[in-house]
Amino acid sequence: MVMPTGTLSEDGIHIDMNHLKTGEVNLGTSIMAITFSQGVILGADSRTTTGAYIANRVTDKLTQVHDTIWCCRSGSAADTQAVADIVDYHLGMYGTANEEQPTTQTAAALFQELCYDNKDQLSAGMIIAGYDPRHGGSVYSIPLGGSLHKQSYAIGGSGSTYIYGYCDSYWKEGMSEAEGVDFVKGALREAIKWDGSSGGVIRLVVLTNEGAVRHLYLPDQGYKGPGTK
Amino acid sequence: MTSIGTGYDLQNSVFSPDGRNFQVEYAVKAVENGGTCVGIRCKDGVVLAVEKIVTSKLLKPGANKRIATVDRNVGVVSSGLVPDGRHFVSRARDEASSWRSTYKAPIPLAALAGRLGGYVQAYTLYSSVRPFGVTAIVGGWDSEAELGVDGQVGSGPSIGAGGKVSGTKAGGPGLYMIEPSGLYWGYYGAATGKGRQAAKAELEKLDLASGNLSLEAGVREAARIIYVAHEDSKDKDFELEMSWISSTEGPTKGRHQEVPKDILEEAEKAAKKAMEGDDEEETTAAEGETMEE
Repeated sequence: MVMPTGTLSEDGIHIDMNHLKTGEVNLGTSIMAITFSQGVILGADSRTTTGAYIANRVTDKLTQVHDTIWCCRSGSAADTQAVADIVDYHLGMYGTANEEQPTTQTAAALFQELCYDNKDQLSAGMIIAGYDPRHGGSVYSIPLGGSLHKQSYAIGGSGSTYIYGYCDSYWKEGMSEAEGVDFVKGALREAIKWDGSSGGVIRLVVLTNEGAVRHLYLPDQGYKGPGTK
Repeated sequence: MTSIGTGYDLQNSVFSPDGRNFQVEYAVKAVENGGTCVGIRCKDGVVLAVEKIVTSKLLKPGANKRIATVDRNVGVVSSGLVPDGRHFVSRARDEASSWRSTYKAPIPLAALAGRLGGYVQAYTLYSSVRPFGVTAIVGGWDSEAELGVDGQVGSGPSIGAGGKVSGTKAGGPGLYMIEPSGLYWGYYGAATGKGRQAAKAELEKLDLASGNLSLEAGVREAARIIYVAHEDSKDKDFELEMSWISSTEGPTKGRHQEVPKDILEEAEKAAKKAMEGDDEEETTAAEGETMEE
């Protein structure tokens, strides 16, 4: 039995400011993933913190679990890495044992099972995004309790609270790749600007039937480059 | 079978010097005496049919089912030892449900057949068990529609689902036959049991590979083939049990179901008529063929 921590307020909302162990590495984060006309785009900042200390300023929070199925990780770095590793293993096995590649759905189902069954032990907020020939690009969000939401786009992490309005205003279904990249980059710039636990570079991954392409945008270049270089 | 009596048939998993596994071959013998089973893979669905020999007048007609549903889109029928068939079905259900709990989606038929093949094969390996006394026909329809992850909230974007190529084909019919050795293949038409030779001959005439046979015609053919296969054991009474799985647009909406009574009776009537036609004019094969689709 895990002892519950934090306080249950009058309105039934459980707030736990100390859900991480002292010194545990946290991804105080801004992450998002969107669908666009040709597939999906994942994006994230690169700050990893232990309390006030920035443990890593160039973290890669976009993790590949299959050829064109990736995830954005937020919460405990250790927890989310472990979960992504397990899913990576399962999807690899699925691809070899069955004569078909896993879909984004398959990945989302595996993530959800892990996140829901171990919700008491885990601090993991994941966004799953992938491209597969049957469903095209799709985005799933798995917030803290382990529920599964299929969405046009998803935002997550502490920085996401600052960009709900931005995303709601600028979101369009079926954007081009360039529009999509600008949308994600623009939103993450705002999140990084306002959220103290987010920062560093902006990393993107564009997933289409062509495969995965990484982008990098640096703060000292005003988040304009170097892009895919 | 010159090597019988040399002792190599007394234990499971033991090879004879000429590379045979007798216990498996004896299991095949048990299958060869079972009621005939037929499976037909049509363009818009799959039909399963079984000839149930009535062993006692005390058995309630229509009460003792031999075709089982494994997942909502998969059916299994088997020839041979009936209890072994039931255990096989039970395992198939476990596999389907285990897949669902892991992947939150129905098991693809090819994956199910693979797992069942592996399970049956394991029973040829150990001295504490015997091989399955059944050959099972597994039929199903992998949904061509987009199914959400079981339990997912929300349906995603309403338009422009990221680069999806429209018109790509997904899902479709599947038919597999699994033998006591664990061997399994995918088929257009499968037959096992006592009347398998006659049934296979009839199936080959249908040109199933061209993918023109409709599900409705498949039901009539399956009924007729069971009647043809029963010719050699005419003296025994039998009951015909049939099930089908159509596409999601078809009559069963992608589910495995018993063929409705009226359609079954109509198919049986046509089958009987076709048989009479054959009896009266044995020489004019052409007329018999006009009954076919």
